Amino acid sequence: MRLSIPDFALVSLIGASGSGKSTFALKHFLETEIVSSDRCRALVADDEADQSSTRDAFDVLYTIVGKRLASRRLTVIDATNLRPEDRAKGIDIARKYHALPVAIVFDFPPELSVERNKGRANRPFGAKVVYDHVRLLRKSIKNLRREGYRTIYVLDDPAAIDDVTVVREPLYNDRRGESGPFDIIGDVHGCFEELTALLVKLGYAERTLGGKATWAHPDGRRAIFLGDLVDRGPGVLDVLRLVMSMVEAGTALCVPGNHERKLARKLNGKNVTVAHGLAETLAQLDTLPDGEREAFAAKTREFIDGLVSHYWLDGGKLVVAHAGLRADMQGRGSREVREFALYGETTGETDEFGMPVRYDWAKEYRGSAIVAYGHTPVPEVEWVNKTVCLDTGCVYGGSLTAMRYPELEFVSVAALRTYVEPVRPLVQPESSQIPAQSLADAMLDIEDVLGKRRIETRFGRPVMIPAENAAAALEVISRFCVDPRWLIYLPPTMSPSETSKREALLEHPDEAFAYYRNAGVQKVVLEEKHMGSRAVLVIARDEDSARRRFGVTSGDGVVMSRTGRAFFAGSEANLGAALIRRVRAALDKADFWNRLATDWVCLDAELMPWSAKAQELVDKQYAPVGEAAVAGLSAVADLLDVAASRGVESDGSFDRITARRAAAERYVAAYQRYVRPVDGVDDLRLAPFHLLATEGSVHTDKTHRWHMDELARICEYDAILTATPFREVELENEREVADAIAWWESLTSAGGEGMVVKPETFLARDKRGLVQPALKVRGREYLRMVYGPEYALPENMERLRERAVAGKRRLAMGEFTLGIEALHRFVEGKPLRSIHECAFGVLALESEPIDPRL
Amino acid sequence: MLLTITSKTRPARDLGYLLRKHPDRFQSFELSFGVACVFYPAASDDECTVALYLDVDTVSLVRGKPASSDGGLVDAYVNDRPYVASSFLSVAIARVFTQGLNGRCDESGLAEAVRDLSATAMPVRCDDEALLKRLFEPLGYKVRSRPVGTAHAELTISASTTLQRLLNHLYVLIPVLDGFKHYWVGEEEVDKLFRFGKEWLPEHPEREFITKRYLKRAPSLAREAVSRLAAADDRVDPDVAPTRVAIEEPALERPMRLQERRMASVVSALRNVGARSVVDVGCGQGDLLTALVRDSHFERIVGTDVSAREMERGKARLEHVPMPSSRRECLALFQSSALYFDRRLNNVDAIALIEVIEHIEPDRLGALEEVIFGANKPRAIVVTTPNREYNVMFASLPANALRHTDHRFEWSRSEFQTWAEHVAARHGYAVTFEAIGDEDATVGPPTQMAVFQCA
Repeated sequence: MRLSIPDFALVSLIGASGSGKSTFALKHFLETEIVSSDRCRALVADDEADQSSTRDAFDVLYTIVGKRLASRRLTVIDATNLRPEDRAKGIDIARKYHALPVAIVFDFPPELSVERNKGRANRPFGAKVVYDHVRLLRKSIKNLRREGYRTIYVLDDPAAIDDVTVVREPLYNDRRGESGPFDIIGDVHGCFEELTALLVKLGYAERTLGGKATWAHPDGRRAIFLGDLVDRGPGVLDVLRLVMSMVEAGTALCVPGNHERKLARKLNGKNVTVAHGLAETLAQLDTLPDGEREAFAAKTREFIDGLVSHYWLDGGKLVVAHAGLRADMQGRGSREVREFALYGETTGETDEFGMPVRYDWAKEYRGSAIVAYGHTPVPEVEWVNKTVCLDTGCVYGGSLTAMRYPELEFVSVAALRTYVEPVRPLVQPESSQIPAQSLADAMLDIEDVLGKRRIETRFGRPVMIPAENAAAALEVISRFCVDPRWLIYLPPTMSPSETSKREALLEHPDEAFAYYRNAGVQKVVLEEKHMGSRAVLVIARDEDSARRRFGVTSGDGVVMSRTGRAFFAGSEANLGAALIRRVRAALDKADFWNRLATDWVCLDAELMPWSAKAQELVDKQYAPVGEAAVAGLSAVADLLDVAASRGVESDGSFDRITARRAAAERYVAAYQRYVRPVDGVDDLRLAPFHLLATEGSVHTDKTHRWHMDELARICEYDAILTATPFREVELENEREVADAIAWWESLTSAGGEGMVVKPETFLARDKRGLVQPALKVRGREYLRMVYGPEYALPENMERLRERAVAGKRRLAMGEFTLGIEALHRFVEGKPLRSIHECAFGVLALESEPIDPRL
Repeated sequence: MLLTITSKTRPARDLGYLLRKHPDRFQSFELSFGVACVFYPAASDDECTVALYLDVDTVSLVRGKPASSDGGLVDAYVNDRPYVASSFLSVAIARVFTQGLNGRCDESGLAEAVRDLSATAMPVRCDDEALLKRLFEPLGYKVRSRPVGTAHAELTISASTTLQRLLNHLYVLIPVLDGFKHYWVGEEEVDKLFRFGKEWLPEHPEREFITKRYLKRAPSLAREAVSRLAAADDRVDPDVAPTRVAIEEPALERPMRLQERRMASVVSALRNVGARSVVDVGCGQGDLLTALVRDSHFERIVGTDVSAREMERGKARLEHVPMPSSRRECLALFQSSALYFDRRLNNVDAIALIEVIEHIEPDRLGALEEVIFGANKPRAIVVTTPNREYNVMFASLPANALRHTDHRFEWSRSEFQTWAEHVAARHGYAVTFEAIGDEDATVGPPTQMAVFQCA
């Protein structure tokens, strides 16, 4: 006997104690596929026969079954399953996970079981139990189908049990082995002329296959029809003939739509309301001559009845269904799956046109498979979370659209005319300006950011985010950051060069050059480090572009700090807006938008003066420390001087105090260099140094020279824009290296912050992967603001040298890859949550406690 | 940091005996945080000045300290600790001028003698010169100060007094000026304060302020010290309001116990809408949760906060609220954000947003609306927020200032009502408004509340 069962099913073994279920299960299923009630009793009570633990044992059993079914694994329940209420639980859980319920019944004479149980220590009960079991079993058999089992096998010949084989068959919808290429065609609704025009445009031609006329593609591509072939339009019968011939010839697949379902019911003689265009189909059928009509109707009915509600294709990477399909239903089978595929879900409400409000499953879709569907006419094809609706309302005067797979290109032909006026206008007035993906993204889900995370990037190793860092980032983003729709990038932290071996210096270019030389980088770029504050600018060409590209309802750009806060907040917001206007005007004048074919840009820049952002820091921290230090140390020095004049020797303390006072004075000079009043936008200076991304491109594939040249062009158009001084250095050229060091010395001896050393190209790799995108080499005076006024005194310097940059570099690399990944995802039009995941990740990593002086 | 003490009572060189430091020698003493040096710039019998300065080791000061996430870089490494008169100076006084501080001297009578003394501390932290006078004048000093930059001053006090009294006052009050303790405040600090202050602190009009600042980081210790002082002098009322309030919301509103009235109003609003399960979004340290737990009408009580740290504090506080374990099971706290959809907040009767919206940037309020009103969509939502009009009633609040530094906005009654009515209309709620706190005829109540119910 051959038992054919779906390869994804919940198999319930039904039979009396001792009827041979466990032996049978072990023979035909993997041990891990079998969940046995005896085993679960043992797990909770150390005793397979402990009936008092049955309740707990079944809790465990159904938990395991649920977990297995959730991950689409065939599962066998090895329990007696004799009572309807026991089986109902199994049916419920199968339904919940859309697994097909299968019953295998062991209907053997009770004597056999009694005999078997006698020999077993763990079956301490008498024959009566077994007789009761068999009585229950016999009562059950006839009800199994009504209870919901789709496949039922009754084994009633103990002698033949060894001849039973179990064969697993894939589900009808499981076509994972077929990878196309496909042309997926949206709702046709009887628009025959447009359909043939589309097929021609896609490269299909009329051919005769197996003696029958049909359509085929010379390269063997296959069409997939998404259902709703019939009703409303004028050429329903021709459409049906064409599609049926293609399906029969194997040049097309077809899933049913709700209109097919209804037509089939009508043709099957069911009483259905003739509405929503069914009348047209019936009228067209009526034009057929008698005899032909019945035959066509019968063929159509048979065709529709044979359609599978969805297909799971190309290794599970593509799903097609008329109304779409949630991730947890794909490649599974249940009534609910079929209903969803045909009708989608509705919220139970109706809109102002009296139409049911559809539940927007696509908005919440998180699956990895692409879902192509139709059912809901849309004005334009748009991706939402890897789902795409291809019903562009041909019958309503829109167009008929196909998507090439795997190319994901759209091909459409316009409707020849409007056949039916839609009840609900195709264009939703309120949301027409904002892309569907943005509408779906308006709300971020906490599940997409909280907890321990692993973020895959295109740069190799995934970035791990510990849960406590994510918790910190959640607070920071919620309380301080700009609207996440603007947060398409956050800059990484930057490591300093390793500690210099030179006396009295913590940092020197030597170590930065050595790092890149070791990484095999031949040429580096040195950029002057402006002592300002890091600023990221995301600027749209105008409000309209902002709405279209960022999905925001107001605003046309942001200036944000390196932690994603509005650079100018509250009462200073006007300053930020003014800065954006000025930069945009410069971009306009530089013909930037046309030259780069974009209507937005993301810039990485330094904004000066430092005090524009840090005035409070200067007032509350830097200045008081400086004033207190200079005043206090001067007073001590004066008194020591007085004491010395009356002959009190101070053991060198006078020299020490004056050295400390000098250090404090140099510290004051250091921070004052970066303090300038800002009365308006003209007092600001913006030095952009990365042209990070524009429409279609993340410019990390360019050299830094390209970035510098492009940005210098823009800087010409406004005095508040400053091109960053830079130079290129061949690391093997000793003279260039010596010149570079001299340049750094001249920058820093004048009190400058120092410079940043970058590999020539934005992304540089050595054999272990990406190398640091930049190292900073800071000046001796500037470092007073970081390490404190007196860090350079010899006894302090010696101790400060012990610093480790490895942790900082690891962090810099993680943040760098996440930042660039975020830009790529934005450029690719990925859903907001996938961009936000990366930006969130950068902030989460930033909360890592690392010596902030590095 | 520098402290000088000058005596003009002949023979002034007696100062050397009192301090047991020779007037003609430079001496230094190793302390855990650096070196204390003592010398005499002047040492005649007419006038004798001793100078004590600290050479603080700036590097070891920050070593081994975990990087602080609050103050960040600057706070940890570029700070005024090595320079400003602080508890370091008190420690040095105790170590180097031990005899002087304790009033012991080998030569009898010297320690008890009243002299013309003056002391100069430099620089001391000073945001308010009047404070210097309020601290030292009640003790009989003439107070002079000279500003040093914007945040510090050179402080000189003079009086006819004993050296012991002078050192005692300086020992306690220098850290009070600084308001920052360099070592962990523990219980022995209370003892020290009690020991050095017992003679004069109970009489001092600023005793509460002094106690609080001396024990800055440990409010519970401050309470203990205040009550111990009260026991020493039963005229002190431990509940008396502090003389100086920081301009911060909780302090501002304290006299009215507004927070309690707010909680009472919210609880009764929640009862009136028939809510049995409630989420308090932005529960902070759990004031509303505590109130809800005490009312058996509420069957499921959830608190969320965007700050994980605040959350932990809230949890710890609730652990101390006595309740049976069955009641505790009704209670759950977890981190969440009102700007992200969180399905754990679905299927509750009501969501409370108590003093939350004003902490959110106005351009992000739309996200909160979508999440709470649009997606979680409980039957009822209670929102409270300050009424900006009422701010004129807070005497200590400067004009146009907000009640809390983290408030992004404060709304007038009409602004709040416009917002609430708009939100209600968009999401299918009906909204009613209520006043919380004593209502003023012109400016209304201090707090306003909106109660949204599914229409």
